[in-house]
Amino acid sequence: MEYEAVIGLEVHVQIKTESKLFSGSRAGYGYEPNELVDPVVMGLPGSLPVMNKAALDGIIKAGLALNCIIPDQCKWDRKNYFYPDSPNNYQITQYDQPICDGGYVEIELEGETRAVMGEHKKIKLTRIHLENDVGKLNHFAEDSLVDYNRAFTPLMEIVSEPEMHSGAEAFAFLTAIRQTMIYCGVSDCDMEKGQMRADANISVRPVGQKELGAKIELKNLNSITGVKNGIEYEIKRQTQELKKGRAITQATWRWDADQGRTELMREKEDAHDYRYFPDPDLMPVLIDDEWRNRIRAELPELPFDKQRRFVEEYGLPYTITSVLVPDQELSAFFESAAKESPKQAQAIGNYVTNDLLRELSEQEVALDDCQITPEHLLSLVNSVEKGVITKQIAKDVFIEMFNTGELADAVIERKGLKPDFDEDQVKVWCQEAIDENPRPVEDFKSGNEKALNALLGQVMKKSRGKANPQTVNPLLRSMIS
Amino acid sequence: MSDTPHIDIEKVANLARIALTEEEKATFSSQLDSILGYIDKLNELDTSNVEPTAHPHSVENVWRDDQAESELPTSEALKNAPKERQNMVVVPKVVE
Repeated sequence: MEYEAVIGLEVHVQIKTESKLFSGSRAGYGYEPNELVDPVVMGLPGSLPVMNKAALDGIIKAGLALNCIIPDQCKWDRKNYFYPDSPNNYQITQYDQPICDGGYVEIELEGETRAVMGEHKKIKLTRIHLENDVGKLNHFAEDSLVDYNRAFTPLMEIVSEPEMHSGAEAFAFLTAIRQTMIYCGVSDCDMEKGQMRADANISVRPVGQKELGAKIELKNLNSITGVKNGIEYEIKRQTQELKKGRAITQATWRWDADQGRTELMREKEDAHDYRYFPDPDLMPVLIDDEWRNRIRAELPELPFDKQRRFVEEYGLPYTITSVLVPDQELSAFFESAAKESPKQAQAIGNYVTNDLLRELSEQEVALDDCQITPEHLLSLVNSVEKGVITKQIAKDVFIEMFNTGELADAVIERKGLKPDFDEDQVKVWCQEAIDENPRPVEDFKSGNEKALNALLGQVMKKSRGKANPQTVNPLLRSMIS
Repeated sequence: MSDTPHIDIEKVANLARIALTEEEKATFSSQLDSILGYIDKLNELDTSNVEPTAHPHSVENVWRDDQAESELPTSEALKNAPKERQNMVVVPKVVE
């Protein structure tokens, strides 16, 4: 029998703000334990939560970017539970009136090769709501230590419909959310800092069966790769169990990335009874068109839209766009050069994604701090276009520009890279190459196209690399025949 | 069992992590039962034409700008902790 997996994801994303969701202590990562706390965060009697406007703007932006409906009203509810991560014994969240309804995420699956665009799909969302993050527990042999710095950081929960079917789809889903959030400036989504976290609900059923199989909740998926590997492992495990005729029991499992396997955390006890009720400390939020439109106007061009436009407007190949687009800053850098000289966009794209990225990474410099500007790229492609230097020499000129901050013309001038000979001299070299290399000449005459490269190489050598192969090549051909 | 039509007092006590004596169970369950009985009475009202409300006050959109304010010193924040170590609250080992 054939089986299929059904996967839904719950993705938690911290919204980037200065202060916490319901109080004024700073929101941040990497501070001393319990440095970022105040009476609200510690749940002290008499403290009252007050909404942070920027967190509301942030989630509305995220919702609009993910195609959600933003209803006119949302409200706050208390989710009651006892656990040391929350001194209040409840979390402020949104139960029946989330700030974002529905929506979908456009995802791209891996293509057949890196040069080919993969299949695009839309994964529906159930909702996105806002809640306060909770403290972090550090486990030791005898006890656990709690740090409340993270508590009350604004946290979005993005809930997908159960309509993914593989680890690869879940991977693509998270990647798309991450890139969208980074583009919108809503979150940096650094999973190592806990800014993005994911839980997966996974079930397996025989193909054709309508009802879902028993659901396993998979936790501890601490990286995007972890999500992919954990889910794939869990699908295989459940499928094997079913094939052996064993039933799957609803339970919570955890992914152990080191061991590369999942393990049982707990069988489903009594269904949680969170006794949600409206939080009396907080007023409902009413959202009107003016607010929605203000945020909509702030939305950046989203990653896939940018990618499609780069292909259409600049004729960029997929490989270049797939390197550029995940990096918003690099895309903007490319475009400020490309829009000045759209015909040379592909050459510019090549310098940005090959030469520039290589130098940035080799010399460990950030794009912001490097000396290359769009003007540098334009000066370089123009020198090549005009035939002043060859593409080969342009590579060296690029490195020189990168190191000194000079424009291409200045580098070419200073290093004497401009051809110091005329076309007649090139003809002389061609003739010499032909006379000195009878074998390749014969080979070429008898139809071996590649033999011409040997002669071309000779001419390049004679010109110390400065001759332009695009002029030498036809010259040789005409002189031989 | 001190079950009444409205309330399972043991379940409620357990959810609230409160230990009750038999006597307390009887007292509280009759008190809670009468409160819930009152809700039953409210349920008799026809509210089909009434907008649901989450809050008795007609005030919305009360918020503050995103500005960081001074925090509670760590030592103050940990004052109520039964036990602390490395500036963190010590709790029994929790396995999650």
